[in-house]
Amino acid sequence: MSEIRFTIDGRPCVARAGQTIVEAAKANGVWIPVLCHYEGLKPVGSCRICTVRVAGRYMAACTQPVTEGMAVENTAPDLEDMRKSLIEMLFVEGNHFCPSCEKSGNCELQALAYRYRMMVPRFPYLWPGRALDARAPRLMLERNRCIQCLRCVRGIRAKDGRKVFAAVERGPRVTIEIDQRLAAGLSDAEARRAMDICPVGAILRKETGFAVPIGKRKYDGAPIGSDVEKGAGR
Amino acid sequence: MAKAKDIVHRHPKDPAALLDVVRDVQAAFGHVPDEAVARIAAHLKLSEAEVRGAVTFYHFFSADPRGASTVYLNDSITSRMKGRAAVAKAFEDEAGCAFGRVSGDGRIGLFPTSCIGMNDQEPSAIVDGVVFTRLTPESARALVRGLREGRPAASQVAELGDGANQSELVRAMVANNIRERGPVLFGAHESGAALRKAVGTTPEKVIEEIKRAGLLGRGGAGFPTGLKWEFCRREKAVERFVVCNADEGEPGTFKDRVILTELPRLLFEGMAVAGYAVGARTGVLYLRSEYAYLRAHLEAALEAMRQDGLLGRAAAGSEGFSFDIVIKSGAGAYICGEESALLESAEGKRGEPRDRPPFPVSSGYRNLPTTVNNVETLATAARILVEGAAWFKAMGTPQSAGTKLLSVSGDCGRPGVYEVEYGLTLAALLEMAGGAGAKAVQVGGPSGTCVAQDGFGRKICFSDLATGGSVIVFGPERDIFEIVGNFMDFFVEESCGWCVPCRAGNVLLKKKLEKVVRGLGTEADLRDLEAWGKLVKATSRCGLGQTSPNPILTTMKSFPELYAAKVRKGEDFVPEFDLEAALRTGCEAAGRRPECKESLHE
Ligand SMILES: Cc1cc2nc3c(=O)[nH]c(=O)nc-3n(C[C@H](O)[C@H](O)[C@H](O)COP(=O)(O)O)c2cc1C
Ligand code: SF4
Repeated sequence: MSEIRFTIDGRPCVARAGQTIVEAAKANGVWIPVLCHYEGLKPVGSCRICTVRVAGRYMAACTQPVTEGMAVENTAPDLEDMRKSLIEMLFVEGNHFCPSCEKSGNCELQALAYRYRMMVPRFPYLWPGRALDARAPRLMLERNRCIQCLRCVRGIRAKDGRKVFAAVERGPRVTIEIDQRLAAGLSDAEARRAMDICPVGAILRKETGFAVPIGKRKYDGAPIGSDVEKGAGR
Repeated sequence: MAKAKDIVHRHPKDPAALLDVVRDVQAAFGHVPDEAVARIAAHLKLSEAEVRGAVTFYHFFSADPRGASTVYLNDSITSRMKGRAAVAKAFEDEAGCAFGRVSGDGRIGLFPTSCIGMNDQEPSAIVDGVVFTRLTPESARALVRGLREGRPAASQVAELGDGANQSELVRAMVANNIRERGPVLFGAHESGAALRKAVGTTPEKVIEEIKRAGLLGRGGAGFPTGLKWEFCRREKAVERFVVCNADEGEPGTFKDRVILTELPRLLFEGMAVAGYAVGARTGVLYLRSEYAYLRAHLEAALEAMRQDGLLGRAAAGSEGFSFDIVIKSGAGAYICGEESALLESAEGKRGEPRDRPPFPVSSGYRNLPTTVNNVETLATAARILVEGAAWFKAMGTPQSAGTKLLSVSGDCGRPGVYEVEYGLTLAALLEMAGGAGAKAVQVGGPSGTCVAQDGFGRKICFSDLATGGSVIVFGPERDIFEIVGNFMDFFVEESCGWCVPCRAGNVLLKKKLEKVVRGLGTEADLRDLEAWGKLVKATSRCGLGQTSPNPILTTMKSFPELYAAKVRKGEDFVPEFDLEAALRTGCEAAGRRPECKESLHE
């Protein structure tokens, strides 16, 4: 397959035809922050944290295919500040109390906030009232922490292909709903996958908690993205 | 009453039928009960959560009962300017419930709704599918009384509008208010002439003619129509589609409504011409739910064209060309005017935009190549074929050829539609519409630009004031902040909620604006408004979020003095709420005196 030449912040890179900017960047050892993106799932560009600039235009790097000669801006200070703003927006849009969260240390939102050195969000907290749904036998949906990344909607399906999770309502009222009938049929392994696929602490398995102690979790040792930057993604 | 089971089983076992099933259930029960959700899910092989996702996405569907009769009162700024508050109060008094509620007896539900395309005859409402315009507190009360006495909404339409609004199949009190008839849309047209001319030549030549005419899309984005058709035609595919965007949701536009009412055959002929050009056999008219009252009229026009041999097999007598048109209904969602969201909705899903690429021309309706065009674009294309590219190019400006149909409303003596040549100045338009003395003009709806007096020399054209057609005039007494607040509420309500900056950012912008308007703003708050507005525009996923900060950003530009006068100069920080007031109740309960002034302001 033909190679595509492009640059990220001036650095020459190569990509395969059809690769998105995020995929190609990773293959070249360049980290572009992502949150809604999950390998193996169709990208949906919902969090916009991967926003890059090409010829003055902004685009989500997770959905945009690389084209020949593209000059991608990834770390311009104003871009990075936009990403930080989006992370802060997520913190004020939901109710995130990291110290009491089972996902702390494994949470991608928290890890991004650390990496972007978020202190106090520039936006006022919205303090939404969000209902917790613990009806399913193996899973709990803690909507206070949900960021509507749609990973569960895309990734978790019943055996006959129906979606177990779905977005309901629209605009700021959007929430994720779990289909009670289908959730009742989820196996333990599927419940585990649902929890793993969730970047934050919104989908939690019942009856297990803090199996890995705080301090030994995924982002406790090294900041998010450092694996890609070391070229581990190659 | 029909059972949910029977309604569901009338439809094919195809997920694409989801919205059609839900629509029928909603019509029969006034809401979509849980039992029906389970049946729909089982029938269409979807999860119940997914069905609920679609039900809750659209404004005219509901999981909870909306009353035996349902009033949807338009909440556009023009409606407010024309006396909505008094009408709303009359509805509430007579119904005995507040907006957003159903009356205790379950007979009347009252709900606000985004612009219903009647801005030139506000306040207006849709009651059980029937449009009521120019409402007064008296007519609102009489209407509710009538409904309670068992008189259906349709029987309460006292006076019919003009033109085809009077026809048996429409019978609407809607007025066309055609103020200026131009040569393109309102020129004499022999039905079928454009299509016969098209099939008499090659599709490539048809595309060439449209390209030479310089026709740019009339829906707002202004993409060259000929080029779009060419891209679509070039895609290798088993089938291609022509989709007509009749969602007309931008507050303040209603010109497509007039075309649908008075010139449906011209529109359908334009769709057939497009079908011939791109190589499609099927056209889809996506009709906003607010215009459902025109559906029978449109179906009749289609049937008449089939009888005339202009649609169906061997259309316009051309053996190799078959083309027909189906109508799909929306269900109340502005975002469904965005072409990719429209396609999702036409496929029976939540109207959430798609990522592009791929563009609809390569992967559109049912993932097949599709050209999506505005109502006016297609009608105009038909006229170009008859009269020729040179005739068309001779009108307008070099970059913006031809005429534009404008919807003018607000503080002006002659609201209605105007077909004018591109290049017309706002001042000239105001003169025509009886809006001289205006303080500001909103061009292009909330997502467009707010122009102050010093900009009235600007021109309506793609290189200056581009617009899908909405022009709202604001008189000298109008409060700019009320307008901006109404527009921001609109975007918050209509955001699909898919992406973070639009979903949360518009709420934050609205809150910040309120802080400033309440007199609690600082200069730093103005800088925030600008920066956050830029952020939402830059990072949003589709055109809605990419333009939703415009009401704030464009008025900050046109009326900087208004914003400057609102903020407290020299103060670094003012909290967004009044701490003392917030503590008052608690203090009273505890028998203490609130003492927070010092620590706050010193
Ligand atoms: C939020 C949003 C709403 C839109 N609403 C409409 C609409 O109601 N009617 C329309 O024709 N185009 C609308 N558009 C533009 C369409 O996406 C598309 O560009 C247009 O239908 C293409 O037709 P045209 O090339 O003939 O203008 C909207 C775009 C956005 C982003
Ligand atoms: S910009 Fe708004 S309307 Fe468009 S995809 Fe994002 S949330 Fe939906």
